[in-house]
Amino acid sequence: MKTRVEYDHQLEALKHEIIRMGSLVEQLLAGSMKALVERDYEKAAQIMDSDDEIDDLQLEIEEHCITLIATQQPLAGDLRIIFAAIKMATDLERIADYGVGIAKMAIRLKDEEYIKPLIDLPRMTDIACEMLVSSVRAFATGDSQLAIDTANRDNSLDALFKQIYRELLTYVLENSKHINQMMAFVLIARYLERVGDHITNICESVVYNKTGERLDLD
Amino acid sequence: MEFAMKMNEPAQSSRIKVRVSKLNLFYGSFQALKNIDMDIEENQVTALIGPSGCGKSTFLKCINRMNDLIGGCRVEGDILIDGADIYKDGIDIAYLRKEVGMVFQKPNPFEMSIFDNIAYGPRIHGLRDRKKLEIIVERSLKQAALWDEVKDRLHQSAIGLSGGQQQRLCIARVLAVEPSVVLMDEPTSALDPISTGKIEELIAELKNDYTIIIVTHNMQQAARVSDKTAFFLLGDMVEMGDTRQIFQLPRDKRTEDYITGRFG
Repeated sequence: MKTRVEYDHQLEALKHEIIRMGSLVEQLLAGSMKALVERDYEKAAQIMDSDDEIDDLQLEIEEHCITLIATQQPLAGDLRIIFAAIKMATDLERIADYGVGIAKMAIRLKDEEYIKPLIDLPRMTDIACEMLVSSVRAFATGDSQLAIDTANRDNSLDALFKQIYRELLTYVLENSKHINQMMAFVLIARYLERVGDHITNICESVVYNKTGERLDLD
Repeated sequence: MEFAMKMNEPAQSSRIKVRVSKLNLFYGSFQALKNIDMDIEENQVTALIGPSGCGKSTFLKCINRMNDLIGGCRVEGDILIDGADIYKDGIDIAYLRKEVGMVFQKPNPFEMSIFDNIAYGPRIHGLRDRKKLEIIVERSLKQAALWDEVKDRLHQSAIGLSGGQQQRLCIARVLAVEPSVVLMDEPTSALDPISTGKIEELIAELKNDYTIIIVTHNMQQAARVSDKTAFFLLGDMVEMGDTRQIFQLPRDKRTEDYITGRFG
């Protein structure tokens, strides 16, 4: 006889909520960079609004986890997925906040002409979005190796951040007129570098959920 | 990449109180325990979990030879307590059961006064001195966290106590003969949550002085009270480890299925 059918449904639903949140956050992050590059202020404003849905989803996931803990006394693998879900929801919410930060910058730079085409910031965003998608896939499929490989890609975001920082520093030293814009770009690069750190945390949660091991993938 | 938490590392080594090796038990032709090896550490609480009929209570009763009372029961293998083989010919069974006390699922006070319930064991072991008996009764009831509730009615019938008090009385009765090992067979399954909480508190206290082995069907109870947990299934001991490891990261799929309620 199969036992705890309803409980299994609840755990499956929790997993789907995380996957859905991951997908929304990825769209938000990609959209914020698109708004910055294409100078689409309407889109930037929409992105700032869409963050509410992600905040609500985080709360829903937390409530769901608390209810499961209170009513089902989860143990072993069930306890690990709940712990991982709470942590992942927190990391995803922070990533969304960085996306909102980028959208805000897009609006702040509305009246300035960009001094150069944006290349490395979109590249960082592409890498971050790919990492985010594969970390969520690793969670959905329970693939620890994919999580570890995904976290290893964080090095390229760190390298790009350093490169952008140096490049903009050099530029500012030569030309202080565009300091506002340069500061904004450095901050955005820093946001994306932090996004990578949160994705690394997500990968660690995926490994913990699957194996119970607490790896430091940073 | 480093492991921040190593759950499988043994805790600091402590003395083995009970060593079970290659234990097989048969009821007639039915084998109820299969080749069990287990080391039980001194001053720890070891929980035995598993579905009904898995052999955990049978295993518990091997440790004070209660199974001897069952016709057709045959035991093979060794159980050593403090290094001494308890299945050796000529062993003093009465002394063994004094050393290894037992608390049962249902409180079973004798139909006599609270005082006489506790004094019963010391008396059958030959103690007659009233003063000494009074000291033992008070000490045992205090150890069982019952003294304050009954000190003014020691000579009233034990049957008038509540279920939870009766169970603590039974624990006090076991402690009165100064055992070193206490076996508990689902000691709280007939009790309400408050009485259960008191017994669990008591177990945490008692382990400073005794080695405790407890059979429980309540996973949360095993997780709360024990240091080590052993999972039994169909007469096999599937897995034993630190309680934290068993409940967070069981090694065997069957253990995980059982403790998460997906079994049977």
